[in-house]
Amino acid sequence: MTATSEENLNECTPSELLTVISARCLGGRRRVFAGIGLPTLAVALAQATTEPDLEQVYESGVCGAHPPRLPQTIADAPLATGAECILGMHALFGYVLQGGHIDVGFLGGAQIDRWGNLNSTVIGDYTRPTVRLPGSGGAAEVMANAAEVFVVLRRHTPTSLVEELDFCTSPAPLRARRANPNVRTTGRGVSTVITDLGVLTAGDDGELTLSAVHPGVRVADVTAATGWPLRVATEVAVTEPPTPAELGLLRDTIDPTRVYLR
Amino acid sequence: MPASKTATMRDAIAEHVDDGDTVALEGFTHLIPVAAGHELIRQRRRNLTIVRMTPDIVFDQLVAAGAATKMIFSFTGNSSVGSLHAIRRAIEHSDPRPLQIEEYSHFGLLGRYIAGASNLPFYPLRSAGGDLLAHNPNIGTVVSPFPASDGGTEEVHAVPPLHPDVAIVHAQRADRLGNVQAWGILGPQQEVAFAARRTIAVVEEVADDSVIRSDPNRTTIPGLAVDAVVECPRGAHPSFVQGYYDRDNEFYRAWPAISRDPDALRSWLQEWVYDLPDHAAYLAKLGPAYFDQLRPVPAMSSPVDYGSAP
Repeated sequence: MTATSEENLNECTPSELLTVISARCLGGRRRVFAGIGLPTLAVALAQATTEPDLEQVYESGVCGAHPPRLPQTIADAPLATGAECILGMHALFGYVLQGGHIDVGFLGGAQIDRWGNLNSTVIGDYTRPTVRLPGSGGAAEVMANAAEVFVVLRRHTPTSLVEELDFCTSPAPLRARRANPNVRTTGRGVSTVITDLGVLTAGDDGELTLSAVHPGVRVADVTAATGWPLRVATEVAVTEPPTPAELGLLRDTIDPTRVYLR
Repeated sequence: MPASKTATMRDAIAEHVDDGDTVALEGFTHLIPVAAGHELIRQRRRNLTIVRMTPDIVFDQLVAAGAATKMIFSFTGNSSVGSLHAIRRAIEHSDPRPLQIEEYSHFGLLGRYIAGASNLPFYPLRSAGGDLLAHNPNIGTVVSPFPASDGGTEEVHAVPPLHPDVAIVHAQRADRLGNVQAWGILGPQQEVAFAARRTIAVVEEVADDSVIRSDPNRTTIPGLAVDAVVECPRGAHPSFVQGYYDRDNEFYRAWPAISRDPDALRSWLQEWVYDLPDHAAYLAKLGPAYFDQLRPVPAMSSPVDYGSAP
């Protein structure tokens, strides 16, 4: 690693790093289903750099949004004003998502396991939870129907990347088919996990594998922060740090008031 | 001439919502019928099953007020701002009383509305698996009567119809017959209005017949699915109404601190719901200038020409 890349990394925040890496991962994709927050910033950055034709679809049914300011929620007023289309929920979930129009869905979660199953429902027992989380929302639909799923995790820790989920909210296609072999699944599930330490990508068998570490992070740091014996790629890449151009777009154009960047 | 369905909020809630009813209040972040929720609290309804894809502040308030014993939902959170602590206390610690929950993914609960509205025994969907299958007997699987594209047997998940006793929706405008016009993000309001046994439409304005009939495609719920029309300006605050007022983000950000402290929450309900006779008093208490900062800049649609007989 060069001194310059170290400097660049030191100058950017974890959320900026995650956004830039996520935007780069969108290369070659066409339609993205993304919620508010870092995924929206990543889509905006990809549109401003390598993927000008990238389209974002919102859970609220808004397609082709042209918001005059950064939306605060997935269903904020500026998303609707000037949008190309606002669909009803039946059309959004039935035709767009289940109909197979989404290339990449972004999901988050409190826990992920090595097969890319996600928990956003409870910590602890379902009927008597230690922490009640929001639940699925459309996450189970995104997992089942998007061609692939990206997961962004702000903190890579053994309590978020776990051997066993407390609850499976969004089963990966593999798990869904194992539970019921007659269920047909559409997409490949989680293909990419972007964390503050590095990038995991799913192998052919679906198991998440460490494929890149961020500058200054050692492979051992990542395996120690993962709750299962993490598979490591033969060649682990080092992430190219955010460029001044990428950071400039994020800071000056896309989120100048730092609604989501921290 | 058909009879007008207009009513005051007080009369509409008193006539259509009984203790023990299943009541759906819909609106996907946009058009949340908050004033109607406050009237349910004010009239001290009890043992309600409250239904909403995305329980937010008004459901936290209904649970805190002791109006609900059960909640049917698919995502419970305060729109990326924070937790709903009254709901969490009830689920995590049965504090001060238990709250029974019945949980789905978004398409699962939407599918229940669609099956209900369409008079079908179930609605099929590919998602809705995972551990909810073990906890919610209303998520099942059904075998397709037709071969899959690969020739094999195919199963999909299925949810049963939901027929709420009452659906309450908010919209920009309606005529006195209950033809509801909404624009912006539409949520599951049309589906739930048809699924429910009775529907109350709360609107910013009751419009003249000629306004509605000048743009019939804008009517998202026809009068045949509506039992009462309540004119209640700003009745969706702190959520928003496209073209009328923006989301009150400061209120959303302030709520978690109120909700976290049961005493603060009790005081809030006392001050802003029980001590006020109606929503007009709530607006008067906020003050006439309050909505100035939430007023959007006009962005008119282009008119369309429906044509007419020459």
